[in-house]
Amino acid sequence: MRVVVERVSKTYHDRRGRDVAALSQVDFAVEAREFVALLGPSGCGKSTLLNIIAGLLPATSGQVYFEGEPRPGRPTAATVFQEFALFPWRTVRANVEFGLEELGVSGLERVERTRRYLDMTGLGGFEARYPHQLSGGMRQRVGIARALAVEPAVLLLDEPFSALDAQTRTLMMDELLNIWETTRQSVLYVTHNIQEAVFMADRVIVLSRRPGEVLDVVPIKLPRPRRESHYGAPVFVQAADRIWGLIKSQAQTALLDGDVVAGQGD
Amino acid sequence: MAVERLVVADRTAFLRRPDYRTLRVLALLGLVVLWELVTRTGWVSSLFLPSPTGVLAEGIDMVTSGQLFVHLARSLERLAWGFGIGVVTGISVGVAVGFFSLADAVVQPIIAATFPIPKIALLPLLILWLGIGETSKVAVVALGVFFPMVISTYTGVRQADPLLIRAAVSFGAGRWSVIRKVILPSALPMVFAGLKLGAGTALLLLVAAEQIAADAGIGFLILQSGNLMETTKLMVGIVVLSLLGLLSHWGLSGLERAVIRWRHT
Repeated sequence: MRVVVERVSKTYHDRRGRDVAALSQVDFAVEAREFVALLGPSGCGKSTLLNIIAGLLPATSGQVYFEGEPRPGRPTAATVFQEFALFPWRTVRANVEFGLEELGVSGLERVERTRRYLDMTGLGGFEARYPHQLSGGMRQRVGIARALAVEPAVLLLDEPFSALDAQTRTLMMDELLNIWETTRQSVLYVTHNIQEAVFMADRVIVLSRRPGEVLDVVPIKLPRPRRESHYGAPVFVQAADRIWGLIKSQAQTALLDGDVVAGQGD
Repeated sequence: MAVERLVVADRTAFLRRPDYRTLRVLALLGLVVLWELVTRTGWVSSLFLPSPTGVLAEGIDMVTSGQLFVHLARSLERLAWGFGIGVVTGISVGVAVGFFSLADAVVQPIIAATFPIPKIALLPLLILWLGIGETSKVAVVALGVFFPMVISTYTGVRQADPLLIRAAVSFGAGRWSVIRKVILPSALPMVFAGLKLGAGTALLLLVAAEQIAADAGIGFLILQSGNLMETTKLMVGIVVLSLLGLLSHWGLSGLERAVIRWRHT
């Protein structure tokens, strides 16, 4: 299924009752089986947009819709959260089962699907652990397995590895791409890291500072599967430079501008 | 050239809190021994303070004669009903008030206004309404448990991580799923805090109620023994209360560890 984001705008009211525009007329689509990165400086409304697509936040105007063959019993979107958002009282297995429970998948099918995605994410042998017994990298594997298990039309990832250390992050990016090579589902990957976006995505959608609007869509013409050697490839460097050129001045303004909207960080 | 060497010393030494395990036991034992000595030497008349060995002997007597169990059974029955009713209604109201803003608006001011009333002050009213029998005593215990349960459950519900709630919703959870699978487990630690508070209040109110109007029960035993100057029996009643308090605390702590496994490893 493809996801269409059509002229989506979002306006918040801050504590003093002023209107703050977070997103302005955002227009794009994620095609079926496509890996799209959504990139922008901090405070550009990336997470806001993701939440709107996930149905966790209403848009002020515009709409998001999914189109394609009907997929009965399968949800449109599932989210992998930056802070993992695992249920601390559930074991690894029970966390992965959560979405299946809510979908009404029961019995043998639930067991098998849980098993499959636990294995796919390298969590075999950790099923009975509680989240607090796992490292950050392992916790986010649970987050990914939980989202994959419901087999959503689009997988939404909200800066999934930004809470991890640099080495773990690099390894997890590789693993996510490996998993994606087998599942090949639509992915929308939010990040503020240009290298990460270029390395992983088919297209990078660059958002401007608040109010976020689409500055440009940069296609990444690197072959798949992606390899570490691609980091030095001319295509990679050119794309990264082009994106940096687009957001450099914006990031500078963001750095100097102290006007952060409380509670709407992203 | 003179060389100076400054060795770094641990400057936090005075902040250390060593665990004096044996002292914990010795302190309690010491108190009992001192008590025994004070009474043995006749320094304090046994009419005012019977010796620990005397209390123990009387306790064994009362157990073998079955007298203690009569009182204990009546007290435990009232406690069980009162505590049970208070806990169930308290948790239900606490969850409702914490989750639904409509319930919050209606119930919160009522709770705020009634919570400060010492519950024992309501006993005459409850006796008037419910009669002098068991119901009024159960009701006063239930009331005493209800308030700490509501307040701690409410606090626990309000403390539920909004991120986890959003995560649950993103995976298709509706209102009841969110309450059952996110709100309740999040609130459990606070619920147990309320249970422990409530257990203490329950004991207090039970004894007070039994001393005002009862013909059996530990509270009645203490009051009657006092009136008859049977200080040893009175002390047996007090020791039983102390044990009840300790046991309920241990029981609840054990239950807490068993239920909230995700925090304890």
